[in-house]
Amino acid sequence: MARLDRMPEDERKHLLALPCPSFTTAPWVSGPGLSQRKIALITTAGLHRRDDRPFGVGAADYRIIPADIPANDLVMSHISTNFDRTGFQQDLNVVFPLDRLREFVAGKIIGSMSEFHYSFMGATDPVQMEAATRDLARIMKAEQVDSVLLVPV
Amino acid sequence: MGALSHYLEEEGLATTQISLIREHTEITRPPRALWVPFELGRPFGIPNNRDFQAKVLLQVLSLLEAEKGPVLLDFPEDAPLSDMQPLPFVCPISFGNAAEDLNATDRMLNAFKDEVSQIRSWYDLSLQKTGRTTAGISGLSLEEIAGFFAAFINGERKSPALERTLATALRMAAEDLKACYFEALAIQTGDTGDSSAMADWFWGKTVAAQIIAALRIACLAIPENDFQLLGKLLLVPRTKLHLFKPAGA
Repeated sequence: MARLDRMPEDERKHLLALPCPSFTTAPWVSGPGLSQRKIALITTAGLHRRDDRPFGVGAADYRIIPADIPANDLVMSHISTNFDRTGFQQDLNVVFPLDRLREFVAGKIIGSMSEFHYSFMGATDPVQMEAATRDLARIMKAEQVDSVLLVPV
Repeated sequence: MGALSHYLEEEGLATTQISLIREHTEITRPPRALWVPFELGRPFGIPNNRDFQAKVLLQVLSLLEAEKGPVLLDFPEDAPLSDMQPLPFVCPISFGNAAEDLNATDRMLNAFKDEVSQIRSWYDLSLQKTGRTTAGISGLSLEEIAGFFAAFINGERKSPALERTLATALRMAAEDLKACYFEALAIQTGDTGDSSAMADWFWGKTVAAQIIAALRIACLAIPENDFQLLGKLLLVPRTKLHLFKPAGA
């Protein structure tokens, strides 16, 4: 489990020793109510279209995932072998909740969802992803996205 | 993940996120985060449970309406428990059926071939029933993976794909092999909630796991960095390494 108190001692030590950036700033963007938001998903699960480039060691770039991607076209090439993949193998929504978001749009819980969503490969130091992330922000804003849900794996 | 929130928010986008390791989120202090007590790899808790996933999603999105931050909220529930019964899967294959004049490696490779043949039927059924597979990043079929691994264990050092290094091809083929096995298992048992039972089955009961462990040992004998990385970190999970320690180690 992702509760460190339920993990084996060696695994707990390993996870706590991973590099983790800290920030002195606390940026905060306000916005309208949830029912008026346009939302994009970003995952660090190393997902991509089946015919897109797989992620390799040290990859700091991203892949584009269309909102209407068929489930069988979404695959995972994250380099780590230390997390569960069986959930994703049975239901992509346990990692990347495209269907749940679509239901939230239909139920008017959120305003809309982006036509495009994005994936990084989380074994890379996130500081290396800064340039690509800032580029992505400009692209999403041009598509009138105002809010982003980030999902680790 | 928290770092990406900082970058996006600085660029004018509101963010909210799932936190899987609370201790990391306490350090990065993203604007809005929902810590969930689920295992790594399952940020929305459990597959094929729409209501539970929606509950998590609503809570993490609702943080976008917080008036001030940073805010780090704890999701109050564990993922629902699985009803999974003890696994009745066809594996393992006995090594003892092989001809006596074969050495241990050949017996293992023969058993692997037999096991792959059994898995193939269930994997095909899974594909037919669900219309989906997560295998395929290596570009190799189940049988091609078996042949590739057998050749590598026997000393061949050639990538089956021009566009990939040998080390990358080995890593991707190992992930595809596991995906085929787990998808086959899921269709046979019908309940996929208990990931630890599935992992225990694969790493403890299958010849495929012994093959991956043999690949790992072969990689560690190659001095180049990409093979060392593969052998040390990317083939066998840290929590399963103890299963493959040589006798007396």
